[in-house]
Amino acid sequence: MMADYRKVLFDPLVDNNPVTLQVLGICSALAVTTSLLPALLMCAAMTGVAMMSSAAISSIRNYIPNNIRIIIQMTIIASFVIVVDQLLKAYAYETSKQLSVFVGLIITNCIILGRAEAYAMKHGVGMSFLDGLGNGLGYSAILIFVATMRELFGAGSLLGYQILPLAGDGGWYEANGLMLLPPSAFFIIGLLIWLIRTLRPKQVEKPDYQIHEVHRTEIL
Amino acid sequence: MAAHFNLFLQAAFVENLALTFFLGMCTFLAVSKQVETALGLGVAVVAVQAITVPVNYLISTYLLTDGALAWAGLPDVDLSFLGLVVYIGVIAALVQILEMALDRYVPKLYNALGIFLPLITVNCAILGGTLFMVERRYDFSESVVYGFGSGFGWAVAIVALSGIREKLRYSDVPDGLQGLGITFIIVGLMSLGFMGLSGIQL
Repeated sequence: MMADYRKVLFDPLVDNNPVTLQVLGICSALAVTTSLLPALLMCAAMTGVAMMSSAAISSIRNYIPNNIRIIIQMTIIASFVIVVDQLLKAYAYETSKQLSVFVGLIITNCIILGRAEAYAMKHGVGMSFLDGLGNGLGYSAILIFVATMRELFGAGSLLGYQILPLAGDGGWYEANGLMLLPPSAFFIIGLLIWLIRTLRPKQVEKPDYQIHEVHRTEIL
Repeated sequence: MAAHFNLFLQAAFVENLALTFFLGMCTFLAVSKQVETALGLGVAVVAVQAITVPVNYLISTYLLTDGALAWAGLPDVDLSFLGLVVYIGVIAALVQILEMALDRYVPKLYNALGIFLPLITVNCAILGGTLFMVERRYDFSESVVYGFGSGFGWAVAIVALSGIREKLRYSDVPDGLQGLGITFIIVGLMSLGFMGLSGIQL
């Protein structure tokens, strides 16, 4: 039983990561990662919503009529997002301004709806809660990694503290402005996927189209 | 007029929803393997976006913002906290209506779009467009232009990506990058290209 819990909780971190393997929830994963603080807040918001909505949907799963389940799931998720949004506005106003529309976009984050549909509709409340937590953490791991890279190399700082002294202030580090621009997020995630799949060859996708390797004897 | 054209260019190219705000990425990556399907999805997104943004504008201005209910004799009511759940409801309902209308009047287009129409409900580009419209306080005509422009930009981006991915089949990609990885890097390069368009102004 304990092993089950551990599997549900830790599998989404690397082995079955929602972002790099299931291709879910990428939208917001990239936009909020120019610096670490908003990314951390976004992770907390996202994980909170994933846990609560998975648990809530699982607890009423036997009463949801099948053909309107998507709308019911959306309404439950949207309600939790409103709660999180109001909390952020009350206690972290500055950062919530920085996150702008992306808190609201948690509603359409496919991780949450995907987990609700694929897991919470079929499993008990406790396990669904853990599944939500696990997937939230898997998403957070990617977000924190990307945000760390971008803030450290783009601005030479982490959470606003200067780590690498900038050349402009008499230090030695020349900030890489590209890191603060949108394309770098794509590159970092692409390379991260490469890294994960090199370490876990099972995740490598089969090519749609195999190039035929010409053997020397065939030419002759 | 020039201001509106400018807003269109801004929404479609400079602030492309897919390539600078990363919206609608899930479908963007999943449905871009063939030009034909990408084109179908692109057209559907333009249609839904051009309708939902103005409709949500009307709802937010006349029902939800602070004091908006003055016409109903309730000047002190502020319902803006309900925004998110109302917008997503409107989007889901409109997609459903559009689906039924197309099925009834233009069955050809309905069959061509197929599975993509219902998928659009959970496309964050649509909700994102509405939220940007609210945050930037566009007026009605601006919201029409913005809805159309941002949908158009998204469609252009997905058709371009699917074209590149069709050609990509003939290239020799390292194992770990196969599929998702190389797609991310291509999108990054496209995003870099679109950044070259920033600064265009009329």
